[in-house]
Amino acid sequence: MKRHLLEAADLDRADATLVLDTAAQIDQALAGREVKKLPTLRGRTVVNLFYEDSTRTRISFELAAKRLSADVINFSAKGSSVSKGESLKDTALTLEAMGADAIVVRHSASGAPHRLANWVRGSVVNAGDGTHEHPTQALLDAYTIRHRLGRLDGVRVAIVGDVLHSRVARSNVWLLTTLGAEVTLVAPPTLLPVGVGSWPVGVSYDLDAVLPKADAVMMLRVQAERMNASFFPSAREYSRRYGLDARRMAALPDEAIVMHPGPMNRGMEIAADVADSVRSTIVEQVGNGVSVRMAVLYLLLGGSTR
Amino acid sequence: MAGSPEPAASRTSTAGVLLAPADVARVVDRMAHQLIEKAGEQLPDLVLVGIPTRGAPLARRLAARVAAFSGTAVDVGTVDITLYRDDLRMRGVRALEDTVLPAQGIDGRLVVLVDDVLFSGRSVRAALDALRDLGRPRTVQLAVLVDRGHRELPIRADYVGKNVPTSRAQQVRVHLAETDGTDEVLVTEEGSRA
Amino acid sequence: MTYLIKGARVLGGDPADLLLADGRIAAIGDRLSATGATVVDAGGLVALPGLVDLHTHLREPGREDAETVETGSRAAALGGFTAVHAMANTDPVADTAGVVEQVWRLGRQAGLVDVVPVGAVTVGLRGERLAELGAMADSAARVRVFSDDGHCVADPALMRRALEYVKALDGVVAQHAEEPRLTAGAQMNEGHRSARLGLTGWPAAAEEAVIARDVLLAQHVGARLHVCHVSTAGSVEILRWAKSRGVQVTAEVTPHHLLLTEACAETYDPVFKVNPPLRTDADVEALRAGLADGTIDAVATDHAPHAVEDKESEWAQARPGMLGLEQALSIVVETLVEPGLLDWAGVADRMSVRPAAIGRLDGRGLQAHGRPLAPGEPANLLLLDPAARATVDPAALASRSRNSPYAGRELPGRVVATFLRGVPTVLDGKAVR
Repeated sequence: MKRHLLEAADLDRADATLVLDTAAQIDQALAGREVKKLPTLRGRTVVNLFYEDSTRTRISFELAAKRLSADVINFSAKGSSVSKGESLKDTALTLEAMGADAIVVRHSASGAPHRLANWVRGSVVNAGDGTHEHPTQALLDAYTIRHRLGRLDGVRVAIVGDVLHSRVARSNVWLLTTLGAEVTLVAPPTLLPVGVGSWPVGVSYDLDAVLPKADAVMMLRVQAERMNASFFPSAREYSRRYGLDARRMAALPDEAIVMHPGPMNRGMEIAADVADSVRSTIVEQVGNGVSVRMAVLYLLLGGSTR
Repeated sequence: MAGSPEPAASRTSTAGVLLAPADVARVVDRMAHQLIEKAGEQLPDLVLVGIPTRGAPLARRLAARVAAFSGTAVDVGTVDITLYRDDLRMRGVRALEDTVLPAQGIDGRLVVLVDDVLFSGRSVRAALDALRDLGRPRTVQLAVLVDRGHRELPIRADYVGKNVPTSRAQQVRVHLAETDGTDEVLVTEEGSRA
Repeated sequence: MTYLIKGARVLGGDPADLLLADGRIAAIGDRLSATGATVVDAGGLVALPGLVDLHTHLREPGREDAETVETGSRAAALGGFTAVHAMANTDPVADTAGVVEQVWRLGRQAGLVDVVPVGAVTVGLRGERLAELGAMADSAARVRVFSDDGHCVADPALMRRALEYVKALDGVVAQHAEEPRLTAGAQMNEGHRSARLGLTGWPAAAEEAVIARDVLLAQHVGARLHVCHVSTAGSVEILRWAKSRGVQVTAEVTPHHLLLTEACAETYDPVFKVNPPLRTDADVEALRAGLADGTIDAVATDHAPHAVEDKESEWAQARPGMLGLEQALSIVVETLVEPGLLDWAGVADRMSVRPAAIGRLDGRGLQAHGRPLAPGEPANLLLLDPAARATVDPAALASRSRNSPYAGRELPGRVVATFLRGVPTVLDGKAVR
């Protein structure tokens, strides 16, 4: 594996499979134990550098690092020197001087983790950059699908919603196709990027036509504000055409699962009874996130010497 | 991505056969007898926990021989020690192996850790740390097929298949049918020609 | 001060000697001699008329930390330029006679190239009402090119008025063609790469729509239009169509759009962020062809110096723009001369003659630019070693900024000497001052 995890597009099949296998082994090693902690990364320092609020992702990374006995520093952009105009580079050099072995970065600018990787010697983990990628989310989604359905090869995954602005969608497109899944993007044309035709995926504007042929449906968060920029006329119309409700869920094959990266807009892209149904993996995804992030930190940091 | 498990014997080296296939079987049988004798009435409490890679099949073989000789089935398990190693920085990242414990767990039982070669003692230390997180055995003992000396920690084996005084420049390689296609123990001279 | 240039290939022709005296080319011929003249050995070098840039950002007044009129002038001279048009987006904006005269005077003081101020079309570049175009035209700076560059004159009614108004000044409106509503937050060319990189797309249509509109307006009111930094194949098609219909439209292309593509954005290194953005291979090919066949009239650098902190950042936070003056000719050699798309006379035409004509610098008299290399003409010329190749080192540039997209790239062609009215500004590849 490379020194950094910047994008899912970087992972080949062997690397991606190793992350998932390692996460499964970690799950197994920790299953049923009272002591959920491993000494693996004792003496290593992991910095969570979050320029955007994302409590759930930050906590997941924090828990993953702590379960591997790393020292964790949370560096939130708010209330720090960053909010006083310190540049990303100066922050990077500061963290470097403090001896950070890994920097987990969340940033509103696409490519910020790539920039950071040029300025530090430690490993950089992309925890979501702008509308680019969120590779650990895709890894935990792949892990969840494999765990539930037993495989990824040939699994039909529908990713539904605001693909244009979604880093989760991008990472899943690259990772799932690398792992052999067949991905179909479902969205109104306004919420698909120009150039999507070059991606190794199917594209549909019709959710009802896709559902009967989907083994997993991943619903993306759709922000209601998008309608102000005319991406769609109204929340109601969006929900009617692209929302997953009980009627639509019934069209899915028997074993199919329903996924959501969270946080959900209940009633917008997903109905409450769907989110809480037995098909839903939404809670499971959160738990898997910790194992997958442990695997990533172990694989990036376990063998590194500074 | 991960470090390869063991460097293949591709470098120039001279190999001497320490144990041939028949020797391996004989040594395992003797160890099984010793286990039965030492465990005594606690034999039903015995759990043989192998340290991957080759400790795991070795533990299964020992359990089979113990069952054959004593008529008592004993539990086996494996414990992966990768996440407990203190030498990851030197050795590099490796793929994790299974950790499988018997359904009844290890609390209050007689756990015998099983490994192929005892050298520095660091693997055993990591296994002891892992066991501590997995439960609270009454007693923990250690069985190894080969003890080659050069301990770096205050650890000794309770059951030893064969003591082999070696120099640090030498390498001891254990091959088992389950992992390598054949049973044998080799001593190779590496680096001594440099 | 007289200079005798020995053995230069004028426009790539047979070797000849040039005698420069009193600011003019005194004679061209074989084995010239002149007592007291400084001899310049130009064996193997190509002589071209001094280059004229229609599009330079000198940053003074306002951002002297990024560039000054003097440092930008030195960079220009090293690139073989004898005249540069200084864009109006300074601080304060060059939208009054006072500011354009200040820039003009700073250029005269530096004395390395003729600095020709561009006047803003609208007050403060805000696109709301016309600046005092006549006052700028009548000032000492004699402004003829008006541009809100950096911003598009997006309001069609305002653009129409500007086009009409400058007719009385023999001026031209140089449009930065970018429909602002289609490029809100845009970061790079919109296509499959922007989709994957998660960078907001700048669609080709946002440029082409404005060019199409403006050539129709220029035709309707019978005015001159100049299109800045054309970047797409579609724009070239529209210009070709407009010219075939007799519209008085001219256009420029930057060196970077002739060489680099959107693939550069994959590094997320903002040194490759520029407006309009780098486009596709097909666009680059169409731009080269358009320049070769004359659809595009001129190469203009859009030299845009930026301080380190404005570039060493996240892509989205970085300011758009790249350096160009010192490598412009090398890139034209690499992309057009070496592939055989343009000969040396063509280079002179696209980098000196036509830009000078667009800026109305090509009149009679000693102050003229873009004139033929002939006896009696002002001695504005450069000597180029076309065989030399060098790797670009940003630290070695004369510009005060370092944001060269060509760092580490080996390029052909070295400007050995530049003469402004018979006085060397560059000798042996080094700035004289």
